[in-house]
Formats: sequence, C-alpha cells, structure tokens
Amino acid sequence: MNFIDFLKENIVFLDGGMGTILQSKGLGAGEHPELWNITHPDIIKDIHKAYFDAGSNVVNTNTFGANLLNFSLSELDDIIRNAIKNADDARRESNSEKEKFIALDIGPSGKLLKPYGDFDFEVAVELFAQTVRLGVKYGADLITIETMNDSYETKAALLAAKENSDLPVIVTNAYGEDGKLMTGASPEAMVAMLEGMGADAIGANCSLGPKQLISVVERLLDCASVPVILKPNAGLPKTVNGETVFDVTADEFSDDVKALVLKGVRVVGGCCGTTPEYIKALTEKIKDIQPKAIEQKNDTVVSSYTHAVKFGASPLLIGERINPTGKKRFKQALIENDIPYILNEGLSQQEKGVHILDVNVGLPDIDEKKMLVDCVCELQAIINLPLQIDTSDCEAMEAALRRYNGKAMINSVNGKEESMKAVFPLVKKYGGVVVALTLDENGIPSTADERVEIAKKILITAEEYGINKKDIIFDTLAMTISADNNAANVTLEALNSIKNELGCHTSLGVSNISFGLPNRDAVNGTFFALALENGLSAAIMNPHSAEMMKTYFTYRALRGLDANCADYINAADSFTTSSPVAKATTAVADTDMKSALQNAVVKGLKEQAGEITKELLKENEPLDIVQNEIIPALDTVGKGFENKTVYLPQLLMSAEAAKSAFEIIKSQLSIKGGKGADKGRFVIATVHGDIHDIGKNIVKLLLENYGFAVTDLGKDVPPEVIVEEVIKQHAPLVGLSALMTTTVPAMEETIKLIKEKAPWCKTVVGGAVLNKEYAEKIGADKYCKDAMETVRYAEEIIKA
Amino acid sequence: MTENTVYKKTYSQPPVDIGEILRYCGCTDADDGFIGIVQNLLDEATKNISYKVCYRFADIKIQGNNCDLGFVSVESADLAKNLKDCNRIILFAATVGIEIDRLIAKYSKISPSKAVIMQAIGAERIEALCDTFCKDMANQFSLKPRFSAGYGDLPLEIQKDIFAVLDCSKQIGLTLNNSMLMSPTKSVTAITGIINTDTGANK
Repeated sequence: MNFIDFLKENIVFLDGGMGTILQSKGLGAGEHPELWNITHPDIIKDIHKAYFDAGSNVVNTNTFGANLLNFSLSELDDIIRNAIKNADDARRESNSEKEKFIALDIGPSGKLLKPYGDFDFEVAVELFAQTVRLGVKYGADLITIETMNDSYETKAALLAAKENSDLPVIVTNAYGEDGKLMTGASPEAMVAMLEGMGADAIGANCSLGPKQLISVVERLLDCASVPVILKPNAGLPKTVNGETVFDVTADEFSDDVKALVLKGVRVVGGCCGTTPEYIKALTEKIKDIQPKAIEQKNDTVVSSYTHAVKFGASPLLIGERINPTGKKRFKQALIENDIPYILNEGLSQQEKGVHILDVNVGLPDIDEKKMLVDCVCELQAIINLPLQIDTSDCEAMEAALRRYNGKAMINSVNGKEESMKAVFPLVKKYGGVVVALTLDENGIPSTADERVEIAKKILITAEEYGINKKDIIFDTLAMTISADNNAANVTLEALNSIKNELGCHTSLGVSNISFGLPNRDAVNGTFFALALENGLSAAIMNPHSAEMMKTYFTYRALRGLDANCADYINAADSFTTSSPVAKATTAVADTDMKSALQNAVVKGLKEQAGEITKELLKENEPLDIVQNEIIPALDTVGKGFENKTVYLPQLLMSAEAAKSAFEIIKSQLSIKGGKGADKGRFVIATVHGDIHDIGKNIVKLLLENYGFAVTDLGKDVPPEVIVEEVIKQHAPLVGLSALMTTTVPAMEETIKLIKEKAPWCKTVVGGAVLNKEYAEKIGADKYCKDAMETVRYAEEIIKA
Repeated sequence: MTENTVYKKTYSQPPVDIGEILRYCGCTDADDGFIGIVQNLLDEATKNISYKVCYRFADIKIQGNNCDLGFVSVESADLAKNLKDCNRIILFAATVGIEIDRLIAKYSKISPSKAVIMQAIGAERIEALCDTFCKDMANQFSLKPRFSAGYGDLPLEIQKDIFAVLDCSKQIGLTLNNSMLMSPTKSVTAITGIINTDTGANK
C-alpha cells in the first residue's frame, strides 16, 4: 500500500526520539548524529527496528541535520544512502505485521533566513533540495519536514520537497508555549500556507510535552482539511545520576496523546525523550480507536507570517494605496527605489485598520518583477498583514508568490483561457486565494447574467487545475456610472448572484464606480454600502477615506457584526474631527510661520513641520523654504549635537521633522515637475556579512536633510554590488558601515575594490568597532565618528 | 563534560529600568516628552517580547591560561581569572526573540530616532533577562559574574562551539551566522562559574 492511501484510512504511528537515544548511547555534545549512520549502522538500525517492533508505521531516517551546511556533497550522499539502508534493513528484520514506511527526515538548517538572519530564501530552498534529491535517489517512501520554528524556512523546505520529488510530504512545526512559532506564526497561519502548497499532513512536534500542546492541536484540528500530526516531547528534561531523563512517563504520554486522537489527530508519535516503550504504549492504547474522518473546511483564508485572515460575514478591507496609478509621488518613489515611502504607505493603512494590503508596483519604466519581489520582502519584514500580489505580469507574480511568507491573495485572473492557463498553475503550486474578474475574450459583459456565466466557467477551469472553489474570490467589476447609468446595478446584481447562488466570496475595487464625478468619496461610500448589502466580502479601498470607513463601521454595527458597537464607538470620533491641517495652523496662527517651521524642526515635531510647510508653500518658493528655514534649523541642532547639548535621539527627531518638511516640498516639486536640491551623489551600505543598519540609516537621513542624493544599498552588501553602483552613478563619495570586528575585512575588501575600479571616489567609514587608526589601516579616506561629521566631510568633498 | 542535558526556561517580563534605556540611548537627562516617547515604544515592544534561556552544566579545568570547558579548550587569561575557584560552570544562551528585531527594522525604515530608542530597549531587555536568569541560578549556586565570548581575550570564535553544545537553534530559536553575529540580535551567550564552596549538584 502506498503511504497516501494508508494515511486516508488509518491512524498512522510514527516513531519516537532518535537524538536523545543516541546521546544515551554515547553521542558526544556537538557531535553530528548523522555520521552514526556510517560509523554505527547497527545501533541506528536497532533503534529503527525497535520502533517498527513497537508498532511504528513510519520511521524517520537519522538525517535531521543532513544538509550541505554540515557536510560535503559526497559525505551527504554517503549519509543519506546509509541512513535509508539502515531503516530499510530494520524494516526487513522487524517481525511487525503492520504497514511500514521510511521517511526521509529533514530538520531546520540552523540558520535564520533573511532579512533577520543572513540565509537567503533561495539558498535555503537549494539546500533542502540537495537532501531531497538524495532521499529520492535512495528510495525513501515519504518526506518528513520537522521541528521547523520559522514559517519561511518551512516554506523553503516544502517547496524543495515539491519541486524535487513526487513523494508525500508531512510537515510538523515546533510551537512555543505561546502557541506560536519562534518567528510568530500561529497554527492557523501554518495550515493556510502549508495546505495551500500541498502538504499531505500538518502538525506539531518537539519543544513541549503533549499536555502543553493541547491547544495548538485543537486549533490545528479546527482549521485543517488534511490529517493532523502530533509528535510531542516526553515533557521536560532533567538529570538523574548523570543521565538525561524526561519527566512524562510512557503511560502518561500515551494517555495524553490518545485523548487528542479521540478529538481527531490522525498521525502520532514522539519526539525528544520518547523511546520504543512510549510508541508501544501508544499503539496499544490507540489500536481499537476508529480514525475520525477528516472534515473538509470550506473557509477562504489568506495568511501572513503571523496570522490567518478568514473571509466571513464581517467584510474585509484591502488597502489600495500601494499602487502608482494616478499618484505622481508614488511613481517617483518607485523610480527612485524609495522603499521607505512605500513602507509608510503600508504602515499608515495598517494603522487605519485594513486587513490585507494590495501591492501593485507596475510602472512602464521599471523592472516590475524585481520591484515587486523587493516590496513584498520589505513589507513582510515589518508589517504582519497578508498581502495581495497585484500584477498582470505572471513572471513577477510567480517571483513574488515564491518569496511571500504565507498564503497570499492574488490579483488577478479572469475568464480568458490565456489568463487562467498562466495564473492557475501558480495558485496550485504556491497556494493563494485568487481574485477572478468576470471578464473574458469578449470583454466585460454588459449584463449580470453574462458575468455570472463567466464566473461559472472560471470555477470549472479552476477545478481542472485542482484549485478549490474556496480559493477563488470573484470581482464583478465596478465600472463608472458617469459613463453608463446602469453600471452599478449590473455589478451589484452579479455580485448578489455569485454570493448567493454560487456560494463564493467577492471583492470589488469600489472607487472605480465614481470615476469622472465630483466629490467621489460620497459616491464611493454609498456604493460600498450597497455592495455590502449585496454580499460583498472584501473591498479594495482607500482607508484614508472617511466616507468609506464610515460605511464600514456603520454597516458592521447595523448588521450585528460589531459586539456592543465597540468598534463603531471607537472609530466614531474620527468621523467628525477637523483635519490636522486646520489644527496645526491654529496652533501657530499668532506666531510667524517662518520661525514656526524652524521651531518645529528644532523641537523635532514631525507632523507640525509638515503642516507648516504646506502653508508656507502657498506663498514661498520651495527652495527658499529649504535655504531660509530648514537648513538654519538643522544647523542649530547639528551644532548642539556637536557641542553635546543635544542627544542623538533628539538630533534624529529634528532630522525626521526636517524630512517630513522635505517630503511635502518634494511632492510639490514632483507635481510641478521640477527637481529637488541635489548637492551631490552619495552611495551608502552596510558591508557584506553585517546586518546592523541603524547607524547607516542615521547617516542617510542626515545627508538627505543636507541635500545629498543618497543611494542606500541596504545591509549585507557584497563589494562588487557597491562598486557597480558607484561606477553607475559616478558617485564622488561612498559611505560604509560595519559593527563587528568580523565584518571589517569585508569593509577593507570593498575599499580596495573601489580604489581599483573607481579611483575618483572617496570612502568614508563608520561603525562601533572602528576608529581613525583602524580606518587608515584598511585604506579608508576618512573615519567619521558620527552622522554630523559625515555631513561635514561630504560638504567638504563636494566643495573641493 | 559529564552530562548532556540542555535545560530550557521561559521567564515572564523582568522589571524594566527606564534609566538604563535612556543610558543606552546616550541621554543623561531627558524631559517628560522624551520619556513619554520611550514609554510608548516600550509598551509596543513588551507586548511582543518573549524571554527564553537554554543552559547546561559543564565540568571545567583551568591550568594557567588554558581553560578546558569540557566542550572546548581555549586560551584566555581573562576567562581563567574569572573562573578562578570554579570546577564547574553554567553555559547559557538567552534571547528576547525576533519581534524586537522586527520593530527595530520597522523604525529604521520610518523613524531612525525611534529605532535608536527601540535598540536601547532591546539592549536593556536582554540584559535584564540575563540578570534574571543568573539571579534565578544564584538561588542554587554561588556564581561568578557572567562572561561572554568577545570579552577581554576570550575569542569570539568559541561562539560556534557554544551554539553546538547548547543546540541554541532548536532550543530557543537562536542562530549564528558566518560573521559570528547572532540572530535574533538581542541575544547573549555567556559562561558563569559556579564557585567551589558550593557542593550541591544541580537538581
């Protein structure tokens, strides 16, 4: 029988601990247990055999850390060949009459993935792929991915397994006492992502005893449509007479696990501290229990690296602001690779309470694929909302889905054969909830019935690709009523049919409805209400629109979706207050506007600085404001810092206030089509191997304040990338930062390469471990102790 | 090394010392406005911080500057001095988790002043965790001050050995990169000597 068939009908018994048994047999601290497959094959085989004898259906090969970080390719080949042979020998020698399978065991790499570690996602995929290919070569029956405490690394391993084998894959994660993975994912988020990618069973292992995992397991059972796995530790370790023992006995352990099997767990075993005795107790206590049928959940769910978001009765808001359409300032940010601007658009929508962020960065003149991947990676580094990947470029879509840490929303597919053929395979491979537009080769139908027909066609085709109906969301296309009086009616009618007759969720880009009309917000807000009443599940919308938010909160309160109207009451204040412009202006009304701006910058009042600048721009030239207000204010603070009367955080608050003033000026200039002040070009980076970038960001901020055009290459940047940028811009100055003594050699190497390939460029260095002498030793032109000194040096160089 | 057990502990929030946070920010005095900003960021941080430690015991031998720690043998006059009168150590790794790195990264992108403060909060939190752990252990043993790789002449490279014997990645999700940087960054590994007068073995 193959494993998948066996899994369908039975409770599957896995094995117990391996590492902890090997330690008791003399494995030294820090020694690689995988080598014992070669050096102590009999011990390994005997452990596997003991598990088969005790009733295990599956044993994991002794390959937890068998990867190219720990071994050479030839060693790895030897280890995996021997590991599978040891398990196979045990299978032949065991007298157990049960079905017996061998799983290639894959544990975490021990490295943390970027951006918080230095291990690249694709490098991780390839690392696991090597192990998978060898497991396939030597005949494993299935693959176990286990003890992963990071959702992103779990994704890399599962992707590697899927891309390099047809074997069944079961996946277990190590949850902490808080019910989350180390990097923050909830059980629901893991199920969404792993089911989306096609894992055959999903569960929890290691880290805790069975009692501490009850709530995680119950949550997994509540949302999973595949078998749930439980493989806990035998409690906590302690030392008795110099030996490590665990504090939950086989009897207690098997009782606890049995209780969860009765609730629906279908795959059971043990992790650290468990032995064949534990598995024997398990198989005996559970052998007469009928496996509980696995219920198919019909929830439409997307997820981020922390949590899942479910489509349901309460409407979801999808923030639309990360999109260049009709936004000059956003286009400029894309062209200038101004990632912080884009992140701010994300953060401000998160503050407004959206549930999902749409990400659209398509612009004719930029490399959309690269930009989309960069934005997705940057956004998911700091914002824990699920993302909606919004692009018509399928290559960009695939690249972004691959890097996305969760189950994404995908925008969009439509009824055209070509579109479905391109998009559905991606949905199938990477998982996702896809927005389907009700249009096809003949365009957008003018009647609701025709749009519903397209929806039906899309559902049938999706099924052929193995995509579940629950993972399709229909957009019946809001078209402006200024062109067609009946447009809203058709959209709403189609929406209603799809929701109520086809039973699918829906979304709309609401604001299209008012295109070409004055005071669009008023139309949008009312249309949103009508759409909600007709079954709209999610709106792609602008959360900064008061009308839209009013509709959202009032609808939920009126429809009984807001307990005690709490959310409405909470939000109600924001519906009536006057705009911040009015507030800021009154606050400074009786003082001179100009000195008010200087004051705001010196005091570090970010919002005020921006608002006052808006006022000043009505009467003053942008560059005059910079020269006469902002620069003198910055000088006051800068001198204070140099004289030690102003501390670093205060200096930075002033710099941020100045930046918010610049931001206003910049948007004004981009509307007028002019260029901002550009004193000189400055390339800046944290060197290869180093991931600390606070110091570098401070320098960047101050340089920008003083009018330099700064290209920030980020952290952990290889020398050749820095040099390439310097040459491309013919930059007169490059700034390098390193925090650790271990990364200073990378700095030295970078300087050497710059001197060789771009001899015109001056190098300035900084960082905690550097000083003047050290900087000279590694060939830098200048050491600066802080950001102000760097500004002074930059001005000196540009003058000369 | 006589025993292999790696223990794991999770603590609830150790007491916060705002003065220390300000010191890490480089501020010797601060007005209420600034302290208010620090307090808001602290609230945001503490919601997401976890406090995890893994540790094990090891028998050691000190001869001259040579310190045989059981899992690694290293030349270090400073460590030898620190471990004078000890036959046994506790080796531990502590982390306040990845969320503080996410917050630092977020503010690095949008507000460097807040990034500096968040960084200071992380530094204060991990020190507070180490203090809490050592105080906890001091209930059973009399301990020397903790000593980390990179202090004095103790080479940073022994981090590799420390990570191997503590199994930090599996135990508490702490990893080491090729440049010996730890991720999450607000983490500490250290050795603390158990002073000989204490004969009570661990329980």
